[in-house]
Amino acid sequence: MSVQTPNLEPKGIQGLGKPIKRKEDARFIVGKGTYLDDINLPGMLYMALVHSPYAHAKILNIDASEALKIPGVKAVITAKDLAAAGLSWIPTLAGDKQMVLADGKVLYQYQEVAAVFAETRQAAADGAAAVQVEYEPLPVVVDPYKATDPDAPVLREDIKDKMEGAHGPRRHHNHIWNWSVGSKEETEKALAQSEVRIKQHMVYPRSHPAPLEPCGCIGDMNKATGRLTVYMTTQAPHAIRTVLSLVTGIPENNIRVISPDIGGGFGNKVPVYPGYVCAIVGSIVLGAPVKWVETRTENLTTTGFARDFHMDIEIGATKDGKVTAMKVYTLADHGAFDAAADPSKYPAGLFSICTGSYDFQKAYAEVDAVYTNKAPGGVAYRCSFRVTEASYLIERSMDVLAHELKMDPAELRLKNFIRPEQFPYPSALGWTYDSGDYEKTLKVALERIGYYELRKEQAEKRARGELMGIGISTFTEIVGAGPSKDFDILGIKMFDGAEIRVHPSGSAIVRAGTRHQGQGHETTWAQIVSEELGLDVDKIIVEEGDTDTAPYGLGTYASRSTPTAGGAMALAARRIREKAKKIAAHLLEVSENDVEWVDKKFVVKGVPSKSVTMNEVAFAAYTNPPPGLEPGLETTYYYDPPNLTFPHGAYVCVVDIDKGTGEVKVRRFVAIDDCGTIINPMIVEGQVHGGLTEGFAIAFMQEIAFDEQGNHLASNFTDYLLPTALETPRWETGHTVTPSPHHPLGAKGVGESPTVGSPAAFVNAVVDALAHLGVRHIDMPITREKVWRILRQSGIDSF
Amino acid sequence: MEITLNINGTEKKLNVEPRTLLVQAIRDAGLTGTHIGCDSSSCGVCTVVLDGKTAVKSCTMFAVQAEGHSITTIEGLAQGDKLHPLQQAFHDQHGLQCGYCTPGMIMAAYVLLQHNPNPSEEEIRFGLSGNLCRCTGYQNIVKAVQQAAQMLQQPTGAAADD
Ligand code: FES
Ligand code: FES
Repeated sequence: MSVQTPNLEPKGIQGLGKPIKRKEDARFIVGKGTYLDDINLPGMLYMALVHSPYAHAKILNIDASEALKIPGVKAVITAKDLAAAGLSWIPTLAGDKQMVLADGKVLYQYQEVAAVFAETRQAAADGAAAVQVEYEPLPVVVDPYKATDPDAPVLREDIKDKMEGAHGPRRHHNHIWNWSVGSKEETEKALAQSEVRIKQHMVYPRSHPAPLEPCGCIGDMNKATGRLTVYMTTQAPHAIRTVLSLVTGIPENNIRVISPDIGGGFGNKVPVYPGYVCAIVGSIVLGAPVKWVETRTENLTTTGFARDFHMDIEIGATKDGKVTAMKVYTLADHGAFDAAADPSKYPAGLFSICTGSYDFQKAYAEVDAVYTNKAPGGVAYRCSFRVTEASYLIERSMDVLAHELKMDPAELRLKNFIRPEQFPYPSALGWTYDSGDYEKTLKVALERIGYYELRKEQAEKRARGELMGIGISTFTEIVGAGPSKDFDILGIKMFDGAEIRVHPSGSAIVRAGTRHQGQGHETTWAQIVSEELGLDVDKIIVEEGDTDTAPYGLGTYASRSTPTAGGAMALAARRIREKAKKIAAHLLEVSENDVEWVDKKFVVKGVPSKSVTMNEVAFAAYTNPPPGLEPGLETTYYYDPPNLTFPHGAYVCVVDIDKGTGEVKVRRFVAIDDCGTIINPMIVEGQVHGGLTEGFAIAFMQEIAFDEQGNHLASNFTDYLLPTALETPRWETGHTVTPSPHHPLGAKGVGESPTVGSPAAFVNAVVDALAHLGVRHIDMPITREKVWRILRQSGIDSF
Repeated sequence: MEITLNINGTEKKLNVEPRTLLVQAIRDAGLTGTHIGCDSSSCGVCTVVLDGKTAVKSCTMFAVQAEGHSITTIEGLAQGDKLHPLQQAFHDQHGLQCGYCTPGMIMAAYVLLQHNPNPSEEEIRFGLSGNLCRCTGYQNIVKAVQQAAQMLQQPTGAAADD
């Protein structure tokens, strides 16, 4: 390729499996993407928020008079003003409700207390700084285990006497729900009869997706037309439109949500945040567009935390290492409002995938959720609704069991995998796994990394006093939510839509209800259509994110786009091909039954020389349709998947630990993923690189921590550490392909597998390196200091 | 106050407050390819090139401090329709996903390659360690910088097979 003639567009028919370069790159590499903050509307005002310095306090008074004196400040609103509009509280996705602006009290540090509107960004910020709020501090609840102490302070005055919540009975004023699955009695019996039992407590710490573009929105109420246009950094524009209509009472046809280019989402950009609501209210009240863009501190302190699962597991096995039963109890810290972004029927998400890749006959899982003085959230951070916690739990525990049995962790896994012939596999906790070949994938990974040689090297090093560890994770994912019989969000079923319009010249525009944030849909959707219709990818435009034009869909998160919208796209294309076949028969002057689709062309059976292309058919659809057939060539397809998909993978990590400093160096990391049929291998590999890096970050550095007063200890990037190029390991990737039997293309989705599967591999490797010192578990993030302390306590010499 | 900034070879008269950060001034001048990602000068998505040879995080400078300097942003890198080798290489190597870090990353790499036309992988990783990326895991960014280094060293500008 020559630089003089930049040739960015992949050309021609490019179907499944081709690593074509991305269509969307063209605008991003020259700085011409349109992210939310790049949009400026005439007469636009800016909004800034006032935040609470306390984690729990009564609000005695809010005085905006000084703020209103600042030139350019137009208005200040508080909960009182919102109450007039019926918007001081909004429903959450989890069946709870949350304050938009603090109503009488604050429940977490940095909670939004007032919103200031001004002509400039600076005036808005000055105004926010000038709002005087008088607080009376209250005792705080930080530790979720203390949240339900009899004398724990009441956090939610609004529901303190309401002992029935959205998900059943509450047993304490700070208790939200209890959820369980499986048979406790049978599981306990099986555990009691097991020859070997392990118990382990582990914490999946609070984390934050922290996409580099913060959240933001522009509310634009046009009083003349009565139409509200909302530009928003959202991964789910249609769901937002419906929710906005429900909470504001504005008819849905009068709301248009536009989700422009998104600078990363990872689950952070799924919920509705108070800032969005305030900007919209501001626009309605002030009659001008209002822009709000978060600061990084606002992003990390108030929006979309993830995880915070405190888990206890017990596993039973035979002496020779066959697992028999597992029992799990989890305490989930949901913060001050239950705003977890889970399908409505599943308050603990898909956590019941915690039996993982193994053939457990008996299992029981129970979760209690509690309120604490922390920000709400519980978003699926590069995760399909708590599968990350589940996967970490089982993969970490299998190593604990291997340690107990003095068995090699690879052998233990091989012994317990669900076997290929067991699929479709009904799990003890109620899922039907679609397909998988766990043994094959693990063997590919072990071979690639040279596992058995590494074990020899480790033994030699250990004899010399050097610290080296090998960690394995053979996870099973559960993605593609989901089949409408079980999956809905606030009643809206979780199918997804795709629309294809083929133009007379054989070019096309395709739209989907999903919204990419870097996943490459503009390329992969075009590839699916190119594959199914034989059109050139460079003549296919993909559009997402505008609710006025895109078909309804629930958006992009939880690795659901390919399983849902990807399926819809393929089936929409096939429906078009059905019609195209009739037109082809007309052009070829034969009966429809004599036409077949071969090599992306319509061919007369037995006469390969007689054929027409989709381009010719498209032209005829508008210029020469067969008599009696509706002209045109377009369709919309709503795909309700029959089941979820179950990608899996085998990851192996090798670490070396510096005895003096406690520094863990990831020497090698091999990731073999099986996400079924691969649409674009280059994009899949990129997703895996990114996901592994986030898994690495969670294992070693990222944590949203609090002190005893509920002060947030990770409110910017100098405290909330993200990995740079320097510490990020080099990833070695590979694939096995076990297609999904029910997905139209056999694809399963991949975006989050590496974030789900990798943390256990890192932790297992570190624990393995220290196992001979009696270490059985270390909670994430595994900082240098934690390892250093273990080494010093174990009496290990620094050199 | 009124200042004049030379951005991508064009003089722009801007009305700024003394506290206005350079990144905001650049964006208010309509060049929105330079992004904002943090409040603590940690992420590097705002990186621009000062006087053709220094990479700066434009959120660490006041706009008024940039008077008299020339500023190059991502929008000033391509020559007409001809992409800079770095832009081409980021595309070729799938060095971007959401694209939010990309302009800053490319500008930082631009200066890196000026100082070190043939960097090793370690040197690239070190050189770009002031720029965060949440999507790519950096591996393809490293490859892209290696490809661009090769392209820049070939006088014809031709490099990297498709
Ligand atoms: S905006 Fe993050 S370093 Fe400048
Ligand atoms: S490509 Fe998304 S942050 Fe780098």
